Amino acid sequence: MHPVLTLVVQRIALGLLLLFAVSAVIFLGVAALPGDTAQAILGQSATPQALANLRAEMGLDQPALTRYFNWLGGILTGDLGTSLSNRTDIATAIGQRLGNTLFLAAWAAVISVPLAILLGLVAARYNGRWPDKLISGVTLSTISLPEFVVGYLVLYFLAVKWQLFPSVAMVFPGMGIMERLNAVILPVIVLVLVVLAHMMRMTRAAILNVMQSAYIETAELKGLSPMRVIWRHAFPNAVAPVVNVVMLNLAYLVVGVVVVEVVFVYPGMGQYLVDHVAKRDLPVVQAVGLIFAAVYIGLNIMADVISILANPRLRHPK
Amino acid sequence: MTDQLDRMVAAAKAGRISRREFVGRTTALGVSAALASALFTKAAHAQPKKGGLIRMGMQGGESTNSLDPALAASPVPFAINMSWGEMLVDVGATGELQMRLAEEVSANADATEWQFKIRQGVEFHNGKTVTAEDVVATLRRHTDEKSQSGALGIVQGITEMSASGDMVTLKLASGNADLPFLMADYHLVIQPNGGVDNPTEGVGAGPYKVVVHEPGIRHGFEKFANYWDPDLGHADQTEILVINDGTARTSAVQSGQVHMINRVDPKIAELLTRAPGVQVKNVPSRGHYVFIMHCDKAPFDNNDLRMALKLSINRQEMVDKILNGLGSIGNDFPINAAYPLFDDSIPQREYDPAAAAEHYKKSGHDGSPIILRVAQGAFPGAVEAAQLFQQSAMAAGIPLEIKREPDDGYWSNVWNVEPFCASYWGGRPVQDQMYSTAYLSSSDWNDTRFKNARFDELLLAARAELNGDTRKANYAEMANILRDEGGLILPMFNDFVEAVRDEIQGWEADPVQEMMNGRAHARCWLA
Repeated sequence: MHPVLTLVVQRIALGLLLLFAVSAVIFLGVAALPGDTAQAILGQSATPQALANLRAEMGLDQPALTRYFNWLGGILTGDLGTSLSNRTDIATAIGQRLGNTLFLAAWAAVISVPLAILLGLVAARYNGRWPDKLISGVTLSTISLPEFVVGYLVLYFLAVKWQLFPSVAMVFPGMGIMERLNAVILPVIVLVLVVLAHMMRMTRAAILNVMQSAYIETAELKGLSPMRVIWRHAFPNAVAPVVNVVMLNLAYLVVGVVVVEVVFVYPGMGQYLVDHVAKRDLPVVQAVGLIFAAVYIGLNIMADVISILANPRLRHPK
Repeated sequence: MTDQLDRMVAAAKAGRISRREFVGRTTALGVSAALASALFTKAAHAQPKKGGLIRMGMQGGESTNSLDPALAASPVPFAINMSWGEMLVDVGATGELQMRLAEEVSANADATEWQFKIRQGVEFHNGKTVTAEDVVATLRRHTDEKSQSGALGIVQGITEMSASGDMVTLKLASGNADLPFLMADYHLVIQPNGGVDNPTEGVGAGPYKVVVHEPGIRHGFEKFANYWDPDLGHADQTEILVINDGTARTSAVQSGQVHMINRVDPKIAELLTRAPGVQVKNVPSRGHYVFIMHCDKAPFDNNDLRMALKLSINRQEMVDKILNGLGSIGNDFPINAAYPLFDDSIPQREYDPAAAAEHYKKSGHDGSPIILRVAQGAFPGAVEAAQLFQQSAMAAGIPLEIKREPDDGYWSNVWNVEPFCASYWGGRPVQDQMYSTAYLSSSDWNDTRFKNARFDELLLAARAELNGDTRKANYAEMANILRDEGGLILPMFNDFVEAVRDEIQGWEADPVQEMMNGRAHARCWLA
């Protein structure tokens, strides 16, 4: 087998092992949550009889180990279980929420990744001059503000004051694609502003690092234009660190945007998770936790694989 | 005068003033009260416009919500029940009983047997006619402990229920003059065959049919064409958007994405009144914020110490600073003027550090700090309120120590467990229900551990008493007992604070529950 292939397979196997470990940690963590599930579901206005009935019905009396393996078995067969609090099928509910989250994340990524790389290249090209300073200044200030502040600012100016876009980014099945895009425009703007700086700075730093090499000097001496030197000779060698940062940000766009979801009332995974944590709806919390872990691990594996493939020393071993 | 009258009529049309306010002001202009009232009715209800889509943005919905009316426990599920559901009766804005699916209610002399005559020809959304059997099946389902109904405590006292023709007969273990009011509870939505077959079907006899049910996101409704009551359900479609974030909710109403929102933060209510196109409505409610002491645990088992704490809280300051004036001061019993049979002659308890210090000395407390447990989620501003309490008690020489608890698990680990903590209560339709829920010796939710034989006796006597004056006297005596001996410190009643856009007409103040008793979208119309 080609050594690169071995390496890639190893990575994926390690990722799966990690996911298995994470599932155990999630289960333990959820099981250790304080408070009473039945009380949390029924709230302050619960009668003692209703509480007792609910506890018995949820089968919380079984030992934890049995519950863990039942759960794991279900997941492997595609059955995420039933929500305790509203008795709906978790896979169906999550399917829609995950779709929404990915839709938002995809649009934010489609705009922010090329933009960040382009800005990074430009900043590297004009290193230390005004375009570099302007780009760094603006992106660093948007990343320095907490995302909910950026969210409220965008909300105040674009939705309330000038009324350009809707303040409530509510999407639902049966909505046309243009309608959907119009609805998510504000959260997309916020997410782009939040993730831009990290990727841009990394692109700039990686390229500047490579720019010290002898082959760049050769390229320059051949008489190539500076942008061409960066694009053809520097960037391919700076891909590995950039890809890592891009994947990290993509993972954030999927699993870390609950605050943005709340501000714009976007029906994504984050809000769904928070609601179910509050209701002690353990099967849902576990399922969402596992999906988040899978996304994170998956994107990191992808970053590793791309870095491996981008490395000529690994691609063409002696 | 005509100018002023015109302005008043315009205000009534726009729903800016209540009937009481309108009658009061116009009679001051020399209009007779009867004419004023008629004018108001004409102005406020003349021609509700039909059609359009009304959107409500509401706090208090979760992706865990279900359409089973028995399980509703937060604002959004409550408003959902009130959209597609109809109960036997409603409680009106002035505390009067309104007939809904029941047409007539009658009782025997000791209020142990009640008869409801069911309105004829009313249809469920699935085309089935509402019958007495459906009513009995519904009540029976809520009596079953397996239903986990929030109304279990209400229907428990019914020992026998039967349907014959269009009459429903309910027999009670002991007399209850308030039974019809209890049937207005928002869980007791009448469902076809009681909802036994499929409790989450969402089929009822209310003004709106369920079209979209996306828990925690939005709930869409369409006018039910065969709805029986022409005065309810003016818009063709309504929508409830779940917007739990306060800022997002305010922006949504400001930008016109929704027509009304609930739970405006009192801190920004004043600012929001200046926003164009939006009106802030504050409605005195029966809900109240409290500090509760267990009467059976040291040091709170000493009435002098309880009295010292009650006298050392500055109620006006609480209303001004915690509620920003959007509320009214409490008097250490859970009833205010919004309830029927309220006795307004009970003297108001004032902040009196000198008297508090005296009681504190008499109690012989050893001077160690008294621990008050509080969480931000106990009620909005609970931690700040506890700090104000600590300061005002300090002035009376009473040391309070505030112990902050996490919101998470507060209602299971602290409330009704620890001897002194912050809490809140929503209103109940009648005094009996409020007192029976939390102050009767045998009550599960007796969160002050208040046990007083005379109080119980008066409560049970009032319950079976059909004479209004006698009941009022009983309730007044109970209020006095609770106020002077109970473990309840009740500094304030909170208002419902809501924001409504100008294009909404027909808005009325309704103290029973928030958002015009959950039916703002059905009772209002678009201009």
